Amino acid sequence: MALTEKDITKIAHLARLEIVEADIPVYTNNLINLLNLIAEMNAVDTNNIEPMAHPLDKPQRLRPDVISEQNLRDYFQKNAPLAEAGLYLVPKVIE
Amino acid sequence: MSEWETVIGLEVHTQLLTQSKLFSGAATAYGAEANTQACAVDLGFPGILPVLNEAAVEMAVKLGLSLNSEISHRSVFARKNYFYPDLPKGYQISQYELPVVGKGYLDVLLEDGTTQRVGITRAHLEEDAGKSLHDAIEGMSGIDLNRAGTPLLEIVSEPDLRSAKDAIAYLKTLHSLVVYLGICDGNMQEGSFRCDANVSVRRKGDPKLGTRAEIKNVNSFRFVEKAINYEVERQIAILEDGGKVIQETRLYDADKNETRSMRSKEEAHDYRYFPDPDLLPLHVSAEFIDHVRKNMPELPAQKKERFKSQYELNEYDATVLSSTRELADYYENTVKLSASSAKLVANWVMGELSGALNKNNLSISESKISAELLAGLMKRISDNTLSGKLAKTVFEHMWESGKDADTVIAEQGLQQVTDDSALIKIIEEIIAANPDQLQQYRSGKDKLFGFFVGQAMKVTGGKANPQQLNDLLKKYLQGG
Repeated sequence: MALTEKDITKIAHLARLEIVEADIPVYTNNLINLLNLIAEMNAVDTNNIEPMAHPLDKPQRLRPDVISEQNLRDYFQKNAPLAEAGLYLVPKVIE
Repeated sequence: MSEWETVIGLEVHTQLLTQSKLFSGAATAYGAEANTQACAVDLGFPGILPVLNEAAVEMAVKLGLSLNSEISHRSVFARKNYFYPDLPKGYQISQYELPVVGKGYLDVLLEDGTTQRVGITRAHLEEDAGKSLHDAIEGMSGIDLNRAGTPLLEIVSEPDLRSAKDAIAYLKTLHSLVVYLGICDGNMQEGSFRCDANVSVRRKGDPKLGTRAEIKNVNSFRFVEKAINYEVERQIAILEDGGKVIQETRLYDADKNETRSMRSKEEAHDYRYFPDPDLLPLHVSAEFIDHVRKNMPELPAQKKERFKSQYELNEYDATVLSSTRELADYYENTVKLSASSAKLVANWVMGELSGALNKNNLSISESKISAELLAGLMKRISDNTLSGKLAKTVFEHMWESGKDADTVIAEQGLQQVTDDSALIKIIEEIIAANPDQLQQYRSGKDKLFGFFVGQAMKVTGGKANPQQLNDLLKKYLQGG
């Protein structure tokens, strides 16, 4: 599996990770090793095995449709860098 | 232009009518004060875990059954990753490879009276994002996360539609269906029923689909139609100039009636879906599906057929009266309460009542005349107290005053004159006062019959029962 430094820059951008240019070769190498490991696993014949979506091979538990949460806005907003008029504030997002 | 063919596929997001959110116990009610219905799960706090709402699954299965779809016994939730301030977790929990509702179809009655079977690709459960408010606070964007985590069912159609009009017919049919099922309130202004349209054009006969543009979040049927028509013209113009359509997301601007490219979303299209490790696969058992099936309400198509057989309505009347659950209920209640002919009630509901509602821009649930009041009026037509013409006058008074038919009839003295002796007296007086006309009529001038009818109606203020008056007049004019 080949990865270029350009791929690394793109992946970092998609994940909103800031990386130092000097570290790019290291990340590239590490990720190539990871992908090689996955390629090794992919080589195993799993044609007749139903894939698991989760290591716990159990179905999802369902919750009754009941309102169980209180309004804790003031408490949660103490944790926000900026809040006003009940809104969480972020730098202006322009479409 | 006619050598081009339009190809449309639609993605509809319906907000499900649950009390609580898809993965948390916070309330979903519309219009609450900002962020008062956003709990730690909705805010994406560290350490939180989503737990799936059973009612949302039930609603998805309900829709699946009514779309004749395969219901997946096993489906999987996936993370769709992108960054936006109204999505606190940095991903939306959705379904990707294994949706809960698979392939199905919806039969749609088109404007020309034919029925088109539109393929349904899939429907999947996902959570809604919050709302960004750009004008509330100077220089900042305000985020309201009340909507974050609200359950959505995204219903994806096959690219089977060939015109904006057909697309609207499909949307209206689907809208009526989800409201019938009680899984969505259908309120487009509040965003409960939102539509994205994938639009492309190709040369007629070309088996290959053209490059499509996706028009996002248009919030009324009228705008969907305009947006599609604009987009079709735009794409044809590009292709006829020898250009190429770019695959992109476009926003519809209702003020300018045009679509515009949303460049900012371009690079974000790499969503890196993967199964959500916080959620186990959803298992829907055959028993669960059976339970849902047993509790299904009557669907629009079934109701239409029942209206045709039970009330002997024609195709058109049955289609109109079953088009929404509210209208159908109103109609059936009126028939039941009035014990009148189903056809008479159908004519009044589709005629006078719909006219008055349209004129005042009201929906059936806001009608000034309830089913009970209209039933009272129908009774007075059926028992000949009122002629059709007088009934219209009574209807107008009822609409204005909110009073029942009998009160209006008594107050305005509008009851029909059906007493033979009263009518005979009037007829005798008219005949006596018009000897010349009588002479002419008797010597063969049949047209003068109308003159006598007119005179009698004038004297009674239009309240004579027309049939009775005709019969009596004929008799007396011939010397009875």
